Amino acid sequence: MIINHPLLGPRDAQEFTYLGDASLIDRPDWQADDAAEQFYNYQYLRNNPAGEHRELWFHEGGDRSWLVVTRNTVTHEISNVELARDVARMQGRSK
Amino acid sequence: MRYSGFKVIKEALTGHKGWTPAWRDPEPQSAYDIVIIGGGGHGLATAYYLAKKYGEKKIAVLEKGWIGGGNVGRNTTIIRSNYLLDGNEPFYEMSLKLWEGLEQDFNYNAMISQRGILNLIHSDAQRDAFTRRGNAMILNGADAVMLSTEQIKAEYPFLNVNNARFPIKGGLAQRRGGTVRHDAVAWGYARGADSRGVDIIQNCEVTGFRIEHGVCVGVETSRGFIGAKKVGAAVAGSSGRLMAKAGMRLPIESHVLQAFVSEGLKPLLPGVITFGAGHFYCSQSDKGGLVFGGDIDGYNSYAQRGNLPVVEDVCEGGMAILPAIGRARLLRMWGGIMDMSMDGSPIIDQTHIGGLYFNGGWCYGGFKATPASGLCFAHLLATDTPHQVATAYRFDRFQRGYMIDEKGMGAQPNLH
Repeated sequence: MIINHPLLGPRDAQEFTYLGDASLIDRPDWQADDAAEQFYNYQYLRNNPAGEHRELWFHEGGDRSWLVVTRNTVTHEISNVELARDVARMQGRSK
Repeated sequence: MRYSGFKVIKEALTGHKGWTPAWRDPEPQSAYDIVIIGGGGHGLATAYYLAKKYGEKKIAVLEKGWIGGGNVGRNTTIIRSNYLLDGNEPFYEMSLKLWEGLEQDFNYNAMISQRGILNLIHSDAQRDAFTRRGNAMILNGADAVMLSTEQIKAEYPFLNVNNARFPIKGGLAQRRGGTVRHDAVAWGYARGADSRGVDIIQNCEVTGFRIEHGVCVGVETSRGFIGAKKVGAAVAGSSGRLMAKAGMRLPIESHVLQAFVSEGLKPLLPGVITFGAGHFYCSQSDKGGLVFGGDIDGYNSYAQRGNLPVVEDVCEGGMAILPAIGRARLLRMWGGIMDMSMDGSPIIDQTHIGGLYFNGGWCYGGFKATPASGLCFAHLLATDTPHQVATAYRFDRFQRGYMIDEKGMGAQPNLH
């Protein structure tokens, strides 16, 4: 698989390590009343779709940036690559 | 019809006119007591034990393709019970004991061959860890023996014991481990279940669950609605996809695992060997092909095919211990989809929906578990209580903090 890095252009997926579903960006509020339940959902449960999947890849053998890759889990086709930083900021996170 | 040596001779002398199909091809009825989704090893074993051991009637197994066409036909055929943790070892040891009596039990030749499995040791720390594992196995009634480098040299003279980076310092052997003709497991269970009245319905895809007031009353299928008092899902690999139809999110990701077979060679490997410093395992099939594999690719996939970096990694592992493998040509390679759970261990449990039961999360170790998985799932379906060796395989163990994490990797499915 080739991941089209937003800053570096097309790179071999071997340069990256995989973390999982991009929902892992949305860490729950630890002070919420139902924090234990929220963290259980966040840490352990997955949508695990057959089809389009937004997921986190880390460019370990490159510029060490985190990417949100939109990839089809049935065909392995990659349709979109964003910097995880930009995605997090768009969702209202400070960094 | 009972299969026997006498029957083979009789048929050979009478023109093979007496053989009949090993199972029927029935039309689905409108309702059953128990419906099993998934005609793989685990689903068929579940139906077999439900009918045979628990005396259940009116059982159906629904399979979207043909039986045995999923992971039971795609694995590397190894059986073993060399686990460490309390939640796992009694279960896998029961499974190995069931394998030992399976062919007589279901009257089918599954070519079970207890040729032994050897886990190689490459460092002092690994020797300590494997000694502990061996002791845990013995405490649970399994067999384990530590081998020295000299003993390994005598049994496996072609191994590279002096690899500069990963010298072989010994090994943990389980002599009762081995290999099985994997397709025959599905066929044997199917035949055994069918002869006890189980309807095995192929080309019947489950498209949804009918849930009324929190109780599952049946399944929608590509061949119409089928009512059921109890529904059991045994579709590891596709668990996420199937259970989403019941509105469930699982502690599971689907990943692809690749496997490889070389061209047929003269007898070389007497048993199963595993590399301790990388992830590589190898055995030789009765046809002579070297059957080997390694790590999962590491990203979510339903594609049943992987990518080249893992092919390279597996072959490097092979070359490190078994340099002769470099001269063998690859005949086939393929990928299968694994339910990778959050702690590397399976789930056999009721769901929060009444009448809906779940069996999955087998990671890449489901084949060896087939008999015990079937028996424990049948026990759960028939009695609504977990079998005594499967009490740890609950959905809520992640929430309660009772993970069964053999590798100590945490909630990171692609590292298990």
